[in-house]
Amino acid sequence: MPILIYAESTNNQIKKMALELCSYAKAIEKAQETTLVTLTINCDDTDVLSKYGADQIIDITNQDLKAFKAKTYSSLINDIASEINADTVILSASNDSLYLAPMLAAKMDASYASNVTELPSTYSPFTVKRKVFSSKAYSMTTLSGEKKVLSLAKNTYGLHEDAQESSKNSLEVNLEANDLTVKEIEKSSGQISIADAEVVVSAGRGLKGPENWGMIEDLASALGAATACSKPVSDLGWRPHSEHVGQTGKPVASNLYIAIGISGAIQHLAGINASKVKVVINTDPEAPFFKAADYGIVGDAFEVVPELIKKVEAFKAAN
Amino acid sequence: MKILVCISHVPDTTSKINFNADLTAFDTTGVQFVINPHDEFALTRAVWFKEKQGAQITALTVGDSSVEPTLRKALAIGADSAVRIDALPTDGFAVAEEIAHYAKNENFDLILTGRESIDYNGGMVPGILAAKLDFSFVNSCVGIEIDNGIATCKREIDGGTETLECTLPAVVAGQKGMVEEKDLKIPNMRGIMMARKKPLTVVQAQGADAKTAINSFEKPAAKAACKMVDASNLDQLIDLLHNEAKVI
Repeated sequence: MPILIYAESTNNQIKKMALELCSYAKAIEKAQETTLVTLTINCDDTDVLSKYGADQIIDITNQDLKAFKAKTYSSLINDIASEINADTVILSASNDSLYLAPMLAAKMDASYASNVTELPSTYSPFTVKRKVFSSKAYSMTTLSGEKKVLSLAKNTYGLHEDAQESSKNSLEVNLEANDLTVKEIEKSSGQISIADAEVVVSAGRGLKGPENWGMIEDLASALGAATACSKPVSDLGWRPHSEHVGQTGKPVASNLYIAIGISGAIQHLAGINASKVKVVINTDPEAPFFKAADYGIVGDAFEVVPELIKKVEAFKAAN
Repeated sequence: MKILVCISHVPDTTSKINFNADLTAFDTTGVQFVINPHDEFALTRAVWFKEKQGAQITALTVGDSSVEPTLRKALAIGADSAVRIDALPTDGFAVAEEIAHYAKNENFDLILTGRESIDYNGGMVPGILAAKLDFSFVNSCVGIEIDNGIATCKREIDGGTETLECTLPAVVAGQKGMVEEKDLKIPNMRGIMMARKKPLTVVQAQGADAKTAINSFEKPAAKAACKMVDASNLDQLIDLLHNEAKVI
């Protein structure tokens, strides 16, 4: 039976994590010899999905879907899944998709697995590897339901091109009334969000005070990175809670994570160890973070960071 | 206002995660269990509602008798009564179904939970619970006010926050931000004494079926040693990041 994915877009552009999702779903589709159907909402520039393997592209254009509403979106995806007879729906790990996924699973009466990191190890029974214990372990989990909802952990499968001739449809839909009203959306202006960032520059109490964050922002801007911080820093009010990364804060799964003046408490490491490459800058050679890092520098942030900014700027100018 | 706070009983955040010899079960030896941190923010907000606006708080856990100390802690923090649904929490679907079955006749105005548990990280109980009860649902909530049967919630979105309004009854899944870290309550002696006298009811489970099963666990592969770069040789770091790690 067909596989359906919901490919999220922003400003009429398919998100990178949706292309990773499409790559992943394509591999499952091939193993099961079925078809891959992608759903986009209010996005007319969907050609890129063909490049990553979509057999059929469905776009829904509807002004009432402009603001994300989990209930409306989940019933819409459920309707489309039953319309095309899909038994598997795969979602990304954005805040919106993680919000609607359990509602969709309940509507479909499907088994649901989140945090999935690899292709199924077996298809019958349908068994996937997922991250558990806040990335400190994995579980092999079997989904026993006839229908399945998966959400793919970010930056785990990667992008794999597999160009297809896709058929395109747009559908008329009846929307379920929603029970929530969106009053206001506040976006952190002009910055890269931690969720979307390829590179994250994070700093801790080693910076001594909020007035010293200028160089962290400068390094982030040189690298095109998002800024983040450790839990004590957000608890002290030096930085907003939205920057707190770790077990009880935001999870990070970037390509590069640079930790400056963060000792590496187990809770912090749990939140960031899904990042591919970790660089640690710390004055204390015994800081536990060095054991979890790929590259380490023992040194004073106030000397190393300004120098590193110069080196990064020179590198970016030359490349 | 009647508030239900659903609590997961999880290993303390500092726990070392180990499994039994055949890697089929979590090894609880030497592990301290606590209220799931996300749930604790939700519980603390419920206590705030009780103090400021008047509310009756029931704390609920699905589990065997080993979870009762965690429920007693919730009572010591300020819940009025506790309910333990007597079933092993096999998967999020079954847990949500058990809670929904209990809650459907209890007329709760608000059900607060954490956004996910820090052990199995399913993030599915609140959303499925809301769907089963046909309540409104807000996920990843970082602020909630209630006024005249209307909940105004801030929810985290990628790169910002969104403010939503919904009518009660609702399920709201919270996290840090719902209250500040400094406002979390450490139970005092009086709270602990009072908690012993508060009712803890054991409810028989429905025997809801799980839709997933864990076959085995794995620990992440051991990490290669960290490559040290001299602070005076940052060109080497740039070179490693570009040519070896290929991340810049």
